Amino acid sequence: MQQIYLDHNATTPIRPEVVEAMLPYFTGTFGNPSSLHWAGRQAKQALETARDRVAALIGAKSSEILFTSGGTESNNLAVHGVLKPRGATSLRLVTTPIEHSSVLETVKALGTDVEPVDIVTLAVNGQGRVSLSDLEAALTPDTVLVSVGLANHEIGTLQPIRELSPTIRERAIPFHVDAVQAVGKIPVDVNQLGVDILSLSAHKIYGPKGIGALYVRQGTTLSAVFRGGPQEREKRPGTENVAAAVGFGCAAQLCAQDIESTHPRLIHLIARLWDGIQWHIPDVVRHTPTQACLPNTLNVGFAGASGEGLMMGLDLAGVAVSTGSACAAGSVEPSHVLLAVGCDEAGAKSAIRFSAGRDTTEEDIEAVVRILPGIVERVRKAGRSG
Amino acid sequence: MTNPLHHYQENHGTRVLAALSGGVDSAVATALLVEAGYEVIAISMLLAGSTGGHAGSCCSIDDFQDARRVAEQLGIPYYVLNLKEAFQTRVIDVFTQEYQRGRTPNPCLLCNRDLKFDLLWQRARELDAAYVATGHYARIGWDEATRTAHLLRGADPYKDQSYFLFTLNQAQLKRTLFPVGHLTKEQVRAKAHTLDLRVAEKPESQDICFVPDGNYARFLEQRISSERVISGEFVDQTGRVLGSHAGIHRFTIGQRRGLRLGGLTQPHYVTHIDPASGRVTVGTQEQLKRHGLRATDVNWVSGQQPDTIQVAAKIRYRQDPIAATVSTTTATTAEVWFQEASPAITPGQAVVFYDGDRVLGGGWIAGSLP
Repeated sequence: MQQIYLDHNATTPIRPEVVEAMLPYFTGTFGNPSSLHWAGRQAKQALETARDRVAALIGAKSSEILFTSGGTESNNLAVHGVLKPRGATSLRLVTTPIEHSSVLETVKALGTDVEPVDIVTLAVNGQGRVSLSDLEAALTPDTVLVSVGLANHEIGTLQPIRELSPTIRERAIPFHVDAVQAVGKIPVDVNQLGVDILSLSAHKIYGPKGIGALYVRQGTTLSAVFRGGPQEREKRPGTENVAAAVGFGCAAQLCAQDIESTHPRLIHLIARLWDGIQWHIPDVVRHTPTQACLPNTLNVGFAGASGEGLMMGLDLAGVAVSTGSACAAGSVEPSHVLLAVGCDEAGAKSAIRFSAGRDTTEEDIEAVVRILPGIVERVRKAGRSG
Repeated sequence: MTNPLHHYQENHGTRVLAALSGGVDSAVATALLVEAGYEVIAISMLLAGSTGGHAGSCCSIDDFQDARRVAEQLGIPYYVLNLKEAFQTRVIDVFTQEYQRGRTPNPCLLCNRDLKFDLLWQRARELDAAYVATGHYARIGWDEATRTAHLLRGADPYKDQSYFLFTLNQAQLKRTLFPVGHLTKEQVRAKAHTLDLRVAEKPESQDICFVPDGNYARFLEQRISSERVISGEFVDQTGRVLGSHAGIHRFTIGQRRGLRLGGLTQPHYVTHIDPASGRVTVGTQEQLKRHGLRATDVNWVSGQQPDTIQVAAKIRYRQDPIAATVSTTTATTAEVWFQEASPAITPGQAVVFYDGDRVLGGGWIAGSLP
């Protein structure tokens, strides 16, 4: 059976060059970067080169990059690291309802009796965008952090970060941006965006899993959350994952090189997919905006069909897509993002996310357009007679 | 009568949706289907809880993990269906409401009737599967002469679960497989060992899956607001007040324990629960006995409704069948008269009609007849 992978927002395959670059760091250059001898120095050098490369991808300084275990840790560190030194006075934190759960759950856990943080969730419009005026209205003197995702993982909406940042920085409030889904797909420059803290992850850009980074602008106060060592400028203790960092650095470098050629290709592929779906399948609704969105993401609702059933049907035909988010048991929960942008429960449960990548071909898209109508028809029919 | 599992050439490429719970029965059922050449897709159903779950109940993370590992071992695709919402409204809420009506619901029956089979069937149609398979201890026979599918007891008399399947109809039976129905529990475990399935020695799940500690009263009291609790009096057969109780949801017909009634010379049992007055009537074992019952939502597996028929009736899962006569009263109701008076006719439970090994049909107990 042919296998077509259209779930690049979940993860991407590691590029062969990246694997090649990592291999020496498992055996030959195995040292602990904190060691003071030759083995440590070799490892340290590799780690710092990797840091340079990750920094270069987002226009940051090397000293502003902390390696973490991935996007989720980066988002946790951003939120806790900023709030921690503030103590238990009345604080406000501003975010949006469509953030990744690693931001939303972290923030929600703060708004409890133990840590009585006032959480303000900005409204989003039907495309998932926040407005500058809403943001301005939400900012108070006791606001200590604004956290807004650059690109949404489910529907691909881009937030107007550049429009938002001057207002926030004017008030000297740290601005955190979760850019896990954006980096590698669109150009991301921390200075152009005007952000203070930014999360990114290696496995979304054809690097290894288990490593990510947090950009922290020089001068931004951020405390460590874990204890136990001086690594990563005393912000993130623990022996660094050198091989993974090298892989991350290599992936970042490759990504910076071919983003210009990949971007239009992805736009073209997604346009073909949407054309095909619209032409062959009635009653579909596009949840991904047509403007200011990720080039690789297409979220579509198939009215009257269960997204779970569609995902399974496509999977059995060799096509990997996603629907909603997975719970601990592995079943699908309706997407909180779709609910926040105004979908009703039924609408949220009938959506599928396609996310293409650099390995996606025209043939892949054609095959999906061929397979999909039959599956949608069958799933819709089964729902009606049930 | 045909073997439910045909042979490899015939089955090859026939798609089956197999319900895999993480227990040994459904694991072996699924394995037998794979062995027989079917193209099997394994499904677990997430019914209650979200992330926690308790060891020993269904729907714990461990069970899904076990199911997933079994599917991996068998080399078949595996999915978890999220049925939490449907389970909440169609099983847990109904379970609570039924107790408030003075009835004793059977959530496993509700789940089979209103959830499992329905939704499995929907998924099967979506995925173009020809059959749905479960690990129930029951068998399906085929009568070529009348072109009728029969629902039969499982071969293991101690494990037979045909009682829980009386709502199935012809269309469903023709598209259902019970791969372990012809085996005993011992044989199922042996097969699991032969196949080196990781769940071979897993203990049986007990009790109601969403009340893992078996404390129904506490579970219900967490869901019924205190002002809606129907408390009232204990009365004897003549209406004499014997004491008071903390809520009708704590009682079921035939219950003896927990009544806390002093001054009675012989054991007393709950014989009647009246939700309107909150009265719980108690009496002796003799006074608990009834000669018949009224059944609603009656299903005849063959699709043919008889006027009057002699059957062996089971009014609880763990009970030997008793000789009875069933008379159809309307299209969906019947009266069941026992040859000898029987104790503890419990509204909310099912009455299932047998002819030897064959399930003829059944219904829901609405009330007793003198």
